[in-house]
Amino acid sequence: MEERRPDPDVLLRRAQAEEAEQTRGKLKVFFGATAGVGKTYAMLGAAHEQQDDGVDVIVGWVETHGRAETEALLEGLTILPPRVVEHRGTTLREFDIDTALVRRPQLILMDELAHTNAPGSRHPKRWQDVKELLKAGINVYTTVNVQHLECLNDVVAQITGVRVSETVPDSVLEQADDVELIDLPPDDLLQRLKDGKVYMPEQAQHAIQNFFRKGNLIALRELALRRTAERVDQQMEVYRRDHAVVRTWPAGETVMVCVNMKPRGPRLVRAARTMATGLHAKWIAVYVQTPRHLRMPQADRDRVNQTLRLAELLGAETVVLSGANVVQELLSYARTRNVTKIIVGKPVRARWKEWVFGSVVAELVQQSGETDIYVITGAAGESRPLATQAVKRSSEWSSYGLGIVGVGLSTGVAWFMFPYFGLANLIMVYLMGVVLVATRYGRGPSVLASVLSVAAFDFFFVPPYLSFAVSDIQYLLTFAVMLVVALTISGLAVRTKQQAELARLQERRTAVLYALSRELATHRGLATLTQLAVKHVREVFDSQAAIFVADLSKRLVLQRGEQLFFEFDPKESGVAQWVFEHGERAGLGSDTLPGASALYLPLAGSKGPIGVLAVRPTLATRFLDQEQLHLLEVLANQIALALERARLAEEAQQARVSVETERMRNAILSSVSHDLRTPLATITGAASGLLEEKDQLGPAARHELAKSIYNEAHRLDRLVRNLLDMMRLESGAVQLQKEWHPIEEIVGAALTRLESRLNEHQVRTNFQPDLPLVLLDGVLMEQVLINLLENALKYAPPSTAIELSATVSDHQLVFEVADRGPGIPSGDEQRIFDKFYRAGPAREGGVGLGLTICRGIIEAHGGRIWVEKRPGGGAVFRFTLPIEQPQPTIEPEKAERHPVV
Amino acid sequence: MAIHEATVLLIEDEAEIRRFLRTSLPAHGYRLYEATTATDGLAQVKARNPDIILLDLGLPDVDGTEVIRQVREWSTIPILVLSAREQEQAKVAALDLGADDYVTKPFGVNELLARMRAALRHIAGPPGEPAEPVFTLGDLKVDFGRRQVFVSGKETHLTPIEYKLLTTLIRYAGKVMTHRQLLKEVWGPLHVEEGHYLRVYMRQLRNKLEKTPAHPRYLVTELGVGYRLRTE
Repeated sequence: MEERRPDPDVLLRRAQAEEAEQTRGKLKVFFGATAGVGKTYAMLGAAHEQQDDGVDVIVGWVETHGRAETEALLEGLTILPPRVVEHRGTTLREFDIDTALVRRPQLILMDELAHTNAPGSRHPKRWQDVKELLKAGINVYTTVNVQHLECLNDVVAQITGVRVSETVPDSVLEQADDVELIDLPPDDLLQRLKDGKVYMPEQAQHAIQNFFRKGNLIALRELALRRTAERVDQQMEVYRRDHAVVRTWPAGETVMVCVNMKPRGPRLVRAARTMATGLHAKWIAVYVQTPRHLRMPQADRDRVNQTLRLAELLGAETVVLSGANVVQELLSYARTRNVTKIIVGKPVRARWKEWVFGSVVAELVQQSGETDIYVITGAAGESRPLATQAVKRSSEWSSYGLGIVGVGLSTGVAWFMFPYFGLANLIMVYLMGVVLVATRYGRGPSVLASVLSVAAFDFFFVPPYLSFAVSDIQYLLTFAVMLVVALTISGLAVRTKQQAELARLQERRTAVLYALSRELATHRGLATLTQLAVKHVREVFDSQAAIFVADLSKRLVLQRGEQLFFEFDPKESGVAQWVFEHGERAGLGSDTLPGASALYLPLAGSKGPIGVLAVRPTLATRFLDQEQLHLLEVLANQIALALERARLAEEAQQARVSVETERMRNAILSSVSHDLRTPLATITGAASGLLEEKDQLGPAARHELAKSIYNEAHRLDRLVRNLLDMMRLESGAVQLQKEWHPIEEIVGAALTRLESRLNEHQVRTNFQPDLPLVLLDGVLMEQVLINLLENALKYAPPSTAIELSATVSDHQLVFEVADRGPGIPSGDEQRIFDKFYRAGPAREGGVGLGLTICRGIIEAHGGRIWVEKRPGGGAVFRFTLPIEQPQPTIEPEKAERHPVV
Repeated sequence: MAIHEATVLLIEDEAEIRRFLRTSLPAHGYRLYEATTATDGLAQVKARNPDIILLDLGLPDVDGTEVIRQVREWSTIPILVLSAREQEQAKVAALDLGADDYVTKPFGVNELLARMRAALRHIAGPPGEPAEPVFTLGDLKVDFGRRQVFVSGKETHLTPIEYKLLTTLIRYAGKVMTHRQLLKEVWGPLHVEEGHYLRVYMRQLRNKLEKTPAHPRYLVTELGVGYRLRTE
């Protein structure tokens, strides 16, 4: 055996896959041919072994069908309580995925993978629950029968005559880490059935007669064995690839399947999948949207969408092409994608129609060149269940009428020309009429007009006149040619018109995308962008839309950029959160949580998920078709990128802010280190003097030292108090305790507190005795006055007066602190309220916080503070406080003199 | 009038504060006992039966307010709270629980001694009828017998509530009274929440008694806590 060096790209991919693998839970499938072979039994046995090995096992869901042996095995295992669902009066029990995710066992048992959940569950199917469990890192044991596999669905239906509606995508089985085949020979199974070990006796008899015929069982067993063998084969391949044994398969096979609105579409898709899997090839499902698509009944369009969705589910890439010529579009796309095999359905049209209209299959085969074409038959007995319904019937009747009028007009014109022109020219007049009808009113009226034109021409202008009889037999050829030409022209005209319409439609879409991207590019800010995006989505899709954006803690926040048209209840938000976390679309019209009222699409940026786009069609019943969905996804991508850009810009802004904050912090540090150290230095020096040189110092000197210690300690206390106040104000920890106060009382309290420092200055107060009460926080307002007074004391020279007064003006109390200091330098009137700003040299340095604190407190009270130059020198600090109305009432007291005893 | 050899129990965990009081208080004629925890403090209150307790609110084992509660269950020993807390609510809570007064750290010796004197004065006579028939403070004179109030020798007319407010403050002269305590004493227990009554009457009283009502000499406000009739 030749050992080769593995391809580094392949190794890298495998490393990535393994990395994803490590966080993913492991899936083990107990796989069987039919019910009753012992899958559940085997699963429970395996679960017991795991539990004995110390693994945390929980039974998520087990269906024992009343089988005693199986029930016995349930003993000793923890069973997750089911979720009880009320549905149309009946009580259903369902697997509870939320509890399971919270409980987070190491291993969970999930019987019957193909089960369909009760309406209103998070996922319509149990296999989707299992996928989510695996994604959450929980190992899963599950059981499934061969008949439930999506790709074998048709085969099983053919063998047994019973079509199973509950199917599991093959990809689930393929991604299983382990598949254990539970096999039982048909005779043994039948014996078990007769013994009543599979179903209850009466059910058993019914089952034997219908499904459990020996022939069926043998065929199903073969399918199961073969499927398992295929899997082993694949594992072998993987092994060979991993160990770079030898490359044996042709590279780059691509299978393309062409779907149309025919009901056998799903069958084609399944066949394509089987082929692609066999070839280890990737596969594409293609639908060509011709101008006819617009005229198709809604049911047909829905069928196309369903088929494409099935293909997507089975792992195909789906593409919608548009063009008039199906064959050319298919082949040119196939060439660009290096498709090696094309699968089409066998035509079911009558042979004569093929002769007349040609056949897509025949053309494909002729023009395919090196690409192989596989033609798959439709199942017998399948017919188109829905007749083509004429769209806009009422308007069509009038179109037909107008077609007839057109012919009448042509005849009129021809009538006037008849005496002067030859018949050939009259034919031209009729043909022109047909062209006009065709371009205006479409195919039906133009066909009618063609036939009528021939008839009218015969009737009026071919001898014998005013009769349909024809004298000369060669006119018959004229009629035939005229009819063919008229029909051909009308067909071409109609097609041109339809293509123009389609082009216009696509033009519109392109325009939409362009408009959105241009608007998104020219606007800034998350809120504006979401508003724009919501507006566009709403207009283009005739829907209500909303955008959720994740905050820093990965929680979704609804961006209310625009008035919200539908309310989100917690359940809807839950869907949005799910979509955000899983990066897959969900909700209305999707496979996950289809019960939601809107469709939710993930907004994925280049660096991970950004948010979720919610779209709800205005008519709840209206479904977004595949093509619209594609457009919506493209829009979602654009929105996501724009939002990401906005978010990055915001982050950059925040980074700038934090640089500012950093600068501020440095200012605090330098300020604090200087302003706190100065008094500390004095205290330390003076205290050490007292301690060490007590013998040399006289009483006066000792007193001086003690006094400077005392003063500096007070200064330090003020600094620390200011810093703490600032921190409390900035952190928002301060809550105003507002009460009704006379402002003089606050002044009095502040002056009392500052008494020891006021002796060098005169303080004059001037208050009217009947000032109204003000609703304020007394303690904080006292701090404002203390800071303003301290500021005045710092700058005003000794023995000058500091004047305090208050007046009422315009429902406001205006308070003034006026000093005769140096005043505020021009241009500094605002800055002195900034943090750590000091105007000029003060007699006694502060940290530069006092006025900032004042501003913070005053503004918290709804007031304003500013400083002005005082006429005659000095500064006046003024602040306002709102005077709330009504003033509190005080019970009147009889103003009598108290009795003299 | 110095009180000789009054005993003081200091319940405080800060060593430097204990050291500073250990130097200062005996110099002013007090005998000092020290406890560093609430548990030890409560035990010493029972064992030594001090004349006054100096209590730090932030003790390591039990909150200081709990000490007040327990002491007040059986004793009226004056309690002076030493609080480093800026929060007025904590002081008010301590006062409403039965503490007699408080000093906020950092404090000076004189401030502490003044508070201690005021607190000790009230154990001399129970706060009921004033001991003296006439109360004099600076230019303020109140004749309880005649219910007359004089400012600088001139009679000033007070309303009944103003008079009651003034006499209540005089009865607890030097000691802080919380809003709640004053409202209860003057208006009765149903009005303890109506702080603005008190502020309005206090303003009236100041306008009648103080020379500069906006910078009062006697009727001082301790914002967020209450009022005090300043005696020194």
